[in-house]
Amino acid sequence: MKTMEEIKAAIDAALPGAVLEIVPNPSPSGQRSLRLAPSHAFQVAKFLRDELSFDFLSNATGVDWPDKEISEKVKVARTVTKTVDGVEQAVEESVEETRKRVEPGCLEAVYHLFSIALGQGPLVIRMRTVNRTDEVELPSLTPIWRSADFQEREIFDLFGIVFTGHPDLRRLLMWDGFKDHPMRRDYVEPDDFEYEPTAHDEVLARAQAHRAAQSASPAGQEGTVSGE
Amino acid sequence: MVDETLKIELGKQGVFVTTLQELYNWGRRNSIWPMQFGLACCAIEMIATTMARYDLARFGAEVFRPSPRQADMMIISGTVTKKMAPQVVRLYNQMAEPKYVIAMGACAISGGPFKQGYNVLKGIDRYIPVDVHIPGCPPRPEALIQAFMTLQKKIDAQPLTGEGRPRFLDAEAQGEFPVPVQGEHDLEPTSNQGVWPLPVVIR
Repeated sequence: MKTMEEIKAAIDAALPGAVLEIVPNPSPSGQRSLRLAPSHAFQVAKFLRDELSFDFLSNATGVDWPDKEISEKVKVARTVTKTVDGVEQAVEESVEETRKRVEPGCLEAVYHLFSIALGQGPLVIRMRTVNRTDEVELPSLTPIWRSADFQEREIFDLFGIVFTGHPDLRRLLMWDGFKDHPMRRDYVEPDDFEYEPTAHDEVLARAQAHRAAQSASPAGQEGTVSGE
Repeated sequence: MVDETLKIELGKQGVFVTTLQELYNWGRRNSIWPMQFGLACCAIEMIATTMARYDLARFGAEVFRPSPRQADMMIISGTVTKKMAPQVVRLYNQMAEPKYVIAMGACAISGGPFKQGYNVLKGIDRYIPVDVHIPGCPPRPEALIQAFMTLQKKIDAQPLTGEGRPRFLDAEAQGEFPVPVQGEHDLEPTSNQGVWPLPVVIR
C-alpha cells in the first residue's frame, strides 16, 4: 500500500506542473485526502488510473463551503491618554481588538478511488471551484472513470458544480426547469407548511412563519389554522 | 328501498328481491382492477398482498392492469416525489371512470419520514381525491386488504342518484384534475384547492 506521500511524490515526478496538497484529517479516522488544482486534475486522474492502477471510482460527492466570517482577536498597540499620579500622560498600551474578515466560500467535489488490481484504497481526491456563484467549473472525470457519470450529474444537480467535459450533463434528481441547488447550505426550501397537524420544534416554527406570511398578504389561501 | 325484514322474509319464501342500486354496486365493488403501478417500498407489500398468502383475488382485484385505461383503482404505494407527482396525476386522469384511489402508507398520505424534504410531496391528496388512506410504514398486507374492504363498503353504500352519488353519474362533478407544473422552485400550484381544501386544525 502506497502512502499518501509516495503517491504525491509519484505524481509530482510525472507531472511537474500539477499543484497537489495533502489535506489533513484531525478526526480519529485520520483519513487524509489529496486536493488537486482543477487545471491539472484531468491529467493527474489519468495518471492515477493508468500508472498507479486506481481503476475503480466508488463514490463522488460534493461539499459546499459557504462564505465564512472569521473574527480574530488581534493585539494592537495604541496610544491612550491616562491620568497617572494627577498628570495627563500619553501611554502606549496594547489593546485586544476583534477584527472580522470574510473568507470566500467554494464548492468541492470529492472522489473516492480504489484499486481493484492491487487491493488498495480508498484514495480520496478533492477539487475546489473558485467561488460559489459564477466560477463553478471543474473538469469532469467521467471520461476516465465511467462510474462518475451519474454521480457528477447528481453533484451538478444538487450543488451546482458545472463539470466541463462531461458527456451528458443534465439534472439527475430534480426536473429540468428547476433553478435551485438543494444541497447548498443557503438553499431556501419551498414554503409548503400550510397544513401541519402535529407540528413541533422546527416544523412548528416554520408553520407559524407560513401562517404569518399568509395572513399578511391579502391573497392568502382560504381556511385558517387556529390556535397553538 | 325494500324493507330489510321484508326482504329476509321474502327470501325465506324463495323470492329474491333486490334493487338496481344494490345489484349495480355489487357488480362494481367485486371487480375492481388495480393499476400495476408502484412507487417505493410499499409496492412490495402491495405485491405480497396479491400473492398466494394474502390473495387479493378473493376480493376480485387480482387483475393488475398495466394500462390506466383498463384500471379502476390506483394504489399510491410509496413516496410521491415532486418530480413524479405530475405523472401520477396524469395517470389518474387517464383512467376511465369509475376510478378510486387508495393512498397506501405514510409517504402517500402525508410525505411520511421525508415530509420535510424539498423534493417530496406532502400527500397525494393535494392533487387527486383519495378514497381510503392507510397509515403504516409500510402497511402490512392485512392493512391493504382492510383498505380494500373499506373501499368496497364505501362503493356499496353509494346511492346512484342524488347527493353523494359517484362522480361518473354526476354531470357537474369535476372529471379531470389539473396536472401540476414543475416550476422553478416548487410544483405550481402547490395543491389543488378544489380537491384539498386546506384542512382546519383545531387545538
